[in-house]
Amino acid sequence: MSASEIPILRLGTVLLAGLGSELDDKTAVLFADELSRQVADTGARAVVLDITKLDVIDSFAARILVEIATMARLLGARVVLAGMRYPVAITLVELGLGLPGVLTALSVEHALKKLSTPESPRERPGGSRVR
Amino acid sequence: MSDSRVATAGEGRVSSLPIRAEDDLLAARHAVRAATLEAGFGLVAQTKLVTAASELVRNCYVHGGGGKLVIEHLVPPPRAGLRLTISDQGPGIGDLEAALTDGYSTGAGLGHGLGGARRLVDEFHLDTSPERGTTVVITRWVN
Ligand SMILES: Nc1ncnc2c1ncn2[C@@H]1O[C@H](COP(=O)(O)OP(=O)(O)OP(=O)(O)O)[C@@H](O)[C@H]1O
Ligand SMILES: [Mg+2]
Repeated sequence: MSASEIPILRLGTVLLAGLGSELDDKTAVLFADELSRQVADTGARAVVLDITKLDVIDSFAARILVEIATMARLLGARVVLAGMRYPVAITLVELGLGLPGVLTALSVEHALKKLSTPESPRERPGGSRVR
Repeated sequence: MSDSRVATAGEGRVSSLPIRAEDDLLAARHAVRAATLEAGFGLVAQTKLVTAASELVRNCYVHGGGGKLVIEHLVPPPRAGLRLTISDQGPGIGDLEAALTDGYSTGAGLGHGLGGARRLVDEFHLDTSPERGTTVVITRWVN
């Protein structure tokens, strides 16, 4: 269990983190720090955030998720948000928050599959390197 | 949520929650979620109202220095719904038009909270002044 109480699992070069139904402000910030540290320490190539259970993403949580993706990218890892619930997606669109630069997948399974294929230029945020 | 008060007022039930600490943001979200379930909102409407509440309650706490959230069940006739009143005695919103515009923030936020909350509900009323602070009333109907 990490400091943020969000478990971060290591699967080879992928870090997999499962978020709960709630992402409060304090947890979100702790988690972002913890995850960046682990990406740097393990040299992970990718991070999959399982948000299947997460039932609200407000503008604060959205900002943290974008920041996590940016930090990971700077450290050489791609972030995939997996399993966003459809009401959350609809709500984010209405908030005007499209989560720029964040890759998404229907499920963790899809995310892992996506990561095992080379990055297409379209989903490369800010010029991260193909590997 | 031990210090939330529940009163029965005429047609609809009313409950009030203080917004004084960071934990109150979570408690407020839970209370609104529970109210949407009780009122019979669909999944999308639930998520929209809880998210709008989350934005406004955070604004109340961060920009308004705290205040309270009042949850009111509106009962038929003619329609069932929920009305949320989020109020503070803070400094008020200096430039309301700018504040409602996406991308405007006087803090570190994305500036989508206020305008976004307005889009997520059926009715949105905002009263703000340096003397009275800020009160936002939002309503969402069940159908
Ligand atoms: N209750 C309030 N009291 C005083 N000022 C407020 C209040 N609510 C909003 N504001 C002002 O309106 C601006 C816009 O609010 P909005 O919620 O859209 O953005 P934000 O809170 O700065 O960022 P975020 O996207 O994280 O919500 C705020 O930056 C603040 O200046
Ligand atoms: Mg805000």
